[in-house]
Amino acid sequence: MRFKNVFSIIGPAMIGPSSSHTAGAVRIGRFARQLLGEQPSVAHICFYDSFAETYSGHGTDLAVVGGIMDWRTDDERIRDSVRIAGEAGIELHFTTGIAPGVHPNTVKIKLSSDQNEVEVIGASIGGGTIVIRQVNGFEIKCTGELPTLVIGHGDRQGVLAGITALCDKENVNIGYINTDRVGRTSEALTVVEADSRIPEHLIEAIRALPYVNRVVFIHLD
Amino acid sequence: MRFRNLKELAALCVKEEKSIARIMLEDQAEESGQSVEEILKVMGEYYEIMKTAVHKGLTEDITSTSGLTGGDAKRVESYRLSGTPAVGDIAAQAMTYALSVSEVNASMGRIVATPTAGSCGIIPGVFVSAQERFGWEDEHLVHGLFCAGAIGYVIANNSFISGAEGGCQAEVGSAIGMAAGAMVELRGGTPEQAVHAVGLALKNTLGLICDPVGGLVEIPCIVRNGFGAVNALAAADMALAGVRSVIPSDEVIDVMLEVGSSMPSRHRETAQGGLAQTPTGRKIMKELLIRQK
Repeated sequence: MRFKNVFSIIGPAMIGPSSSHTAGAVRIGRFARQLLGEQPSVAHICFYDSFAETYSGHGTDLAVVGGIMDWRTDDERIRDSVRIAGEAGIELHFTTGIAPGVHPNTVKIKLSSDQNEVEVIGASIGGGTIVIRQVNGFEIKCTGELPTLVIGHGDRQGVLAGITALCDKENVNIGYINTDRVGRTSEALTVVEADSRIPEHLIEAIRALPYVNRVVFIHLD
Repeated sequence: MRFRNLKELAALCVKEEKSIARIMLEDQAEESGQSVEEILKVMGEYYEIMKTAVHKGLTEDITSTSGLTGGDAKRVESYRLSGTPAVGDIAAQAMTYALSVSEVNASMGRIVATPTAGSCGIIPGVFVSAQERFGWEDEHLVHGLFCAGAIGYVIANNSFISGAEGGCQAEVGSAIGMAAGAMVELRGGTPEQAVHAVGLALKNTLGLICDPVGGLVEIPCIVRNGFGAVNALAAADMALAGVRSVIPSDEVIDVMLEVGSSMPSRHRETAQGGLAQTPTGRKIMKELLIRQK
């Protein structure tokens, strides 16, 4: 079954005019913002394929920026997000690009602050549903529909076992998990999507595991 | 969920002596691990958003972000209040409310996708006007949204609900079927009658293409929401009167899949055909592009 939830039929609550052009775009922007963990000082937003053609007429630029402000899909400030973000001191750059083989509604968002920099590539696949395809160059796949942990770590034996054991200990069922690495024993990124709430002390425990560098909790709803 | 099609859904209702709404509510609780109360609360918030959108479009000056549309809901409302609508006051009210929510959507206002943003006016149009007419409590309408959701869930999983995949029949058509079935149940009809209403409604929109001018969710999307609300009432009335969908509703849903799958891509939201490519549609698109630059 493609749809598993009554709220994907009645819902989401959102700012119009189009679930893939606004609701989904907000969620990709918000994913990037939560990954950075703070308000960025600079945002580079690049639209691809169909998004590149249609983003302006549908307010997709406003929606992505609303997400970068960490707003929900139905926040009425989205109409004015570019102005509000500008007043908050965020430097915004919009471009369009060509990327072969991507979903028609794809956007790349690069956010930087004094401390940090993240790059996210995501697609809005309809009805407000998104798929995040790439984080900081790592090929991953996640939807942000479940409480999500993005874990940067060294590619070492036992890291994944450590993560899953801690989840088990806290009775957190893992719905999806995937890992990508630069190369053997090099940098790796693991995304964990959980079926239930992820308690703060579980996040702390994972953060304390050997070879784990960074753990970010992402919650879009 | 324990049902894959409308036949299984209706059988489940009979077996457990429950409404479609109740089955959907309980199955959603089971699937999500949330309590019935939590789920009802979310749907209650959604209904509030729908009512607010109806009100907003009738009381504020709404213009779409492109500047192409706006004000039609108010026009129809003042005409309705003059007392002369050909479709009668009740259908005119549902039509007006549907136009209102769709205009709010086009102006980047807050709405609930039902099942999509392009078709977000039909269910609020039918529900809010019926609430005013019959004096129902919010709780009754919130249950009605679960009934509509169950119908939409079946359509979405067996056919489609997005214009990009299956044309306007999949968006506006699905919303009409959902609203019609829910209206039957809200008025005390049986699950079987509700299911017939879905088939009756869908038959009337089979083949409807998605051809928005400039690719924007405005022309003809907004007026199709207005028409959709009226058609939903008509389908509910036929079903409540005992009219049956001779072709079973699940088979009509299959036809929607067949028709939508064979629709050329120019008639599936790409603005490459239909109304979007008429001389006037092209002129509007050209002017918009110039203005954007």
